[in-house]
Amino acid sequence: MMSMIRLIPMPPGKITAGTAMFKGRDLLTLSDDEIRDVRGAEIAMIYQEPMTAFNPVLTVGRQLIEPLEIHLGMNRRQAQQRAEELLGMVGIPNARERLNDYPHQFSGGMRQRAMIAMALVCGPQLLIADEPTTALDVTIQAQIVDLVKRLREELGMAIIWITHDLGLIAGLAHRISVMYAGYVIEQAPIKELYAYPFHPYTISLLNSLPYLDSNRQRRLESIDGLPPILLDKPTGCAFAPRCKYVRERCWKEIPPLIPIDINHHVACWIDPRSGKEHL
Amino acid sequence: MSEVLLQVQNLVKYFPIKRGIIFKREVGRVHAVDDVTFDIYRGETLGLVGESGCGKSTTGRTILQLYRPSSGRIVFDGDNLVDLQGEALRLKRRRMQMIFQDPYASLNPRMTVGEIISEPLIVHGIAKGQKAEAEVMRLLGLVGLNPAFINRFPHEFSGGQRQRIGIARALALNPSLVVCDEPISALDVSIQAQVVNLLGDLQTQLGLTYLFIAHDLSMVRYICTRVAVMYLGVIVELGNREDLYETPLHPYTQALISAVPIPDPVKEEQRQRILLSGDVPSPINPPTGCRFRTRCPLAADVCAEQRPEFREMKLGHWVACHKV
Repeated sequence: MMSMIRLIPMPPGKITAGTAMFKGRDLLTLSDDEIRDVRGAEIAMIYQEPMTAFNPVLTVGRQLIEPLEIHLGMNRRQAQQRAEELLGMVGIPNARERLNDYPHQFSGGMRQRAMIAMALVCGPQLLIADEPTTALDVTIQAQIVDLVKRLREELGMAIIWITHDLGLIAGLAHRISVMYAGYVIEQAPIKELYAYPFHPYTISLLNSLPYLDSNRQRRLESIDGLPPILLDKPTGCAFAPRCKYVRERCWKEIPPLIPIDINHHVACWIDPRSGKEHL
Repeated sequence: MSEVLLQVQNLVKYFPIKRGIIFKREVGRVHAVDDVTFDIYRGETLGLVGESGCGKSTTGRTILQLYRPSSGRIVFDGDNLVDLQGEALRLKRRRMQMIFQDPYASLNPRMTVGEIISEPLIVHGIAKGQKAEAEVMRLLGLVGLNPAFINRFPHEFSGGQRQRIGIARALALNPSLVVCDEPISALDVSIQAQVVNLLGDLQTQLGLTYLFIAHDLSMVRYICTRVAVMYLGVIVELGNREDLYETPLHPYTQALISAVPIPDPVKEEQRQRILLSGDVPSPINPPTGCRFRTRCPLAADVCAEQRPEFREMKLGHWVACHKV
């Protein structure tokens, strides 16, 4: 995601291939000035650590006003007014006074709300949320998820939510892509994926989770081996070293992402239900 | 139920806040743990859950006397640990050990795995030299690591493997009580299950008793026999796993359980969330009466005036709330 909106410094990072089409334009070929107009205005991002994402020596108000002035060309008074509305919209009480606070005076949940307010400043059509609730407690996480769902409804924006929490995403997303070692290995509508996971990694991941609403004393499935090291490009399927269905072919050829049903795509040579190759 | 291994009675731990350079004076107190009472039975796993800053880790550390309590009693194997000092306390410590949260910070980077695991054996004069080495090899095997790794350093291992080293170290003295302070929260999802399964196997094999401190309620339900819920330094509810998850009594427990997502989109669609407003108040100035009243949907006048008593509502199911 960071590559897509060109936030990875180049060098050392490098985009070697591909396109990223946003409203008919390829983000990867835009000039630095053009991408800057997209970023923060049409595509906004919220981050995992609300403390480090804010500048600690500027007030929250100052940081909310800046994009309003830069992207929307508002004057200070208009920007102040709008910033206040935004803080109110994300559920921060006494918005006017809180604008003069520094980030450390906010609690973790409030900081995350303020960051969401900052992301919404220019009315983006796409919001990229990078594990925005990982650092928060569950009751606060529930508040933030509720807020984001409400804003999605009200503002009609699209959201890409990056997370490792398969529970959280189940109640939030419409579609889901599972990634492993830099590859999308499975992609499906949310209910389809949880009901009929296909890729061995997705299946193991779902079986490794305990469920809040059951006492079932089945043993948690553990995925043997270690998460991949991304230094060497694998010559075959990246999951092969940890996969229990692995075959000859998996070591030699990288499986493409292909449809197995309408809207359900999988990158695997094997059908785990039969244990046989399905391609 | 079976025999009580550890009794915690009216445990209080305050941390003073000091001002001044030479003449330091106390200007306030962090009420980290405020009058906590519970028992742990031999062979069980008691879960201690709550949100960050609620005092669950402090409770665990105070039990092991890593912090000295401000008041209260901690009776372990018949002795009140609070009265013990020096050698007498050290002898008790053999019987109770800890597994720490961060497998990166809790292992000395300059010591080999062999040195780390054999240190408790040497310090307590149980084994040294070849005998200690043989014991380390046995422990490595026990936690599922290759005994040949004995001369490697912690940085050569992954997070999950390091947590296994920490577990081996905790088991070196053959303890009866192990305090697990968020032992899996620093690990990848796919690795968490490995460590949880290992802890379960070791418990069956060695008859260990765990105090399992965690914030992941799904995992706690999976691992624990009984569960205690903490909020701002007090235990608000304690009960058997089934009772606590199926019929939670305290409004905080109800909100907490309803906030935990379930990895099933169909169930998530049908669930009703109880959303709490606001944040946890500061433990420096906790609310009067019931600690939870500032966020509680049921709060009434009595909640501000009186601290609710910790009452047994049905056998083994305790709750501290005026409104239940």
